[in-house]
Amino acid sequence: MSQLTFFGEGLPYIEAYDYPGVLITVEGTDGVGRTTQIVMLKEWLEVQGYGVIETGWTRSQLIGRTISQAKQGRSLNRLTYSLLYAADFADRLEKEIIPALRSGFVVLADRYVFTALARDVARGVDRAWVRDLFGFAPVPHLVLYLKIDVASLIRRVIPRGVIDYFESGMDLGMGDDPYDSFKRYQTTLIKEYNRMSQEFGFHEVNARWKPERMHTRLREIVTEFFKQRKFYDYRGAPSVDPPIIKADAPEPMIKTS
Amino acid sequence: MTNSELLLQPHNYPGRLIIVEGIDGSGKSTQIKLVQRWLVSLGYNVFFTEWNSADLVKKTTKRGKKSRSLTPTTFSLLHATDFAHRLVSNILPPLKAGMIVLADRYVYTAYARDHVRGCDRNWVRKVYGFAPKPDIAFYFKVPIEVSLKRITMARQVLKDFEAGMDLQLHPDPMESFRLFQGMILEEYDRMSAENDFCVISATGTISEQQKQVREVIGDRLETYQRKPRIA
Repeated sequence: MSQLTFFGEGLPYIEAYDYPGVLITVEGTDGVGRTTQIVMLKEWLEVQGYGVIETGWTRSQLIGRTISQAKQGRSLNRLTYSLLYAADFADRLEKEIIPALRSGFVVLADRYVFTALARDVARGVDRAWVRDLFGFAPVPHLVLYLKIDVASLIRRVIPRGVIDYFESGMDLGMGDDPYDSFKRYQTTLIKEYNRMSQEFGFHEVNARWKPERMHTRLREIVTEFFKQRKFYDYRGAPSVDPPIIKADAPEPMIKTS
Repeated sequence: MTNSELLLQPHNYPGRLIIVEGIDGSGKSTQIKLVQRWLVSLGYNVFFTEWNSADLVKKTTKRGKKSRSLTPTTFSLLHATDFAHRLVSNILPPLKAGMIVLADRYVYTAYARDHVRGCDRNWVRKVYGFAPKPDIAFYFKVPIEVSLKRITMARQVLKDFEAGMDLQLHPDPMESFRLFQGMILEEYDRMSAENDFCVISATGTISEQQKQVREVIGDRLETYQRKPRIA
């Protein structure tokens, strides 16, 4: 019988059912290619016969719209920002993630509470408080962390055009220069992710690699994890799918200033 | 529950925060309005605020209640968001400016309601850990039957959420109200001592209660300067 483990108090009112599913979360700052990797992982898993449910951040039916509106009106403060995202996450957790885990799905979460923890701390919210806030969240079974350094991230994101107001932490009032603000904010975020990676045992994948190479690595990690967990596909065997894509050489390391 | 991290921390602002708590129909709103009249007449700068009046998440809560799609946790977090918004934009500025802030319901309402709906007691207290401790917290204690009589006399109809109909305790609104408010009452009683509630028996007449309330405020305001420093 597989039970869920929570970061804190959990959800006292949900029944202690069997949760045969698997919760895999993909973390990493913007621009590291999370979405691409999730699409590829999902396809790969479905080919093997696993049921997969994908879930994102700020997409809940109940609150998603409120967040967009509040951001537009810029009427959020640090606390309401944290709390609204927590509410949004709770909605998705209880309506999508938990039911899917109960039905034996693989849940692929594009960002999870770690994103909230990193962002909120970068916004100056008390670390202990945010952790308590998310005490209702189940601990994921596997965290895939697409890790990148700030310099590489900047080279990747800036050519795409306008910097997002909130992604650059402009609302924090750390100066009116979007570039400086973006750099400072993302630097703090990455630091916080790296700290959590140590603490919670994330599986790190170098996000400077080409997408195909990252995908190959992710397959290896997931395969190994399924084997350990004895999570079988429809053939009743652990998924041992040899990587078919040939790995490229890593891109040269870029020095951070 | 004596864990100090679960208790609110006193504030250091020049203003004063006075709040009232009690179940629906306990008469707390009437009492705080009278306090406001009194303090204003004495020349104090007074600011009044009530629970759930910010509009940041009003539409969402309404939508959620209508479609019954709120879970205990989302219900709790949306109210916390609303409160945080009101705290930062309405309550803290007057407190920092040295005013007397009167609040009709405070985080204790959430402590009680959210737990009755199914949230973990300690979790709710931690979520609201950002709120400053009130200088005076009045708790208007009243038996269910009295509050029920007051509410039905005044409005004839019980609102679904007052009666806790979403909890499906009982199909009859009156009975549901009794059960729901009874549980809330139990929570208030349980938290009363550790949160230094000033308990007022809400069965007395309006002016009897007001007299007690004014005495307490008078005592506690002695250290408060009418034109205090600003933060």
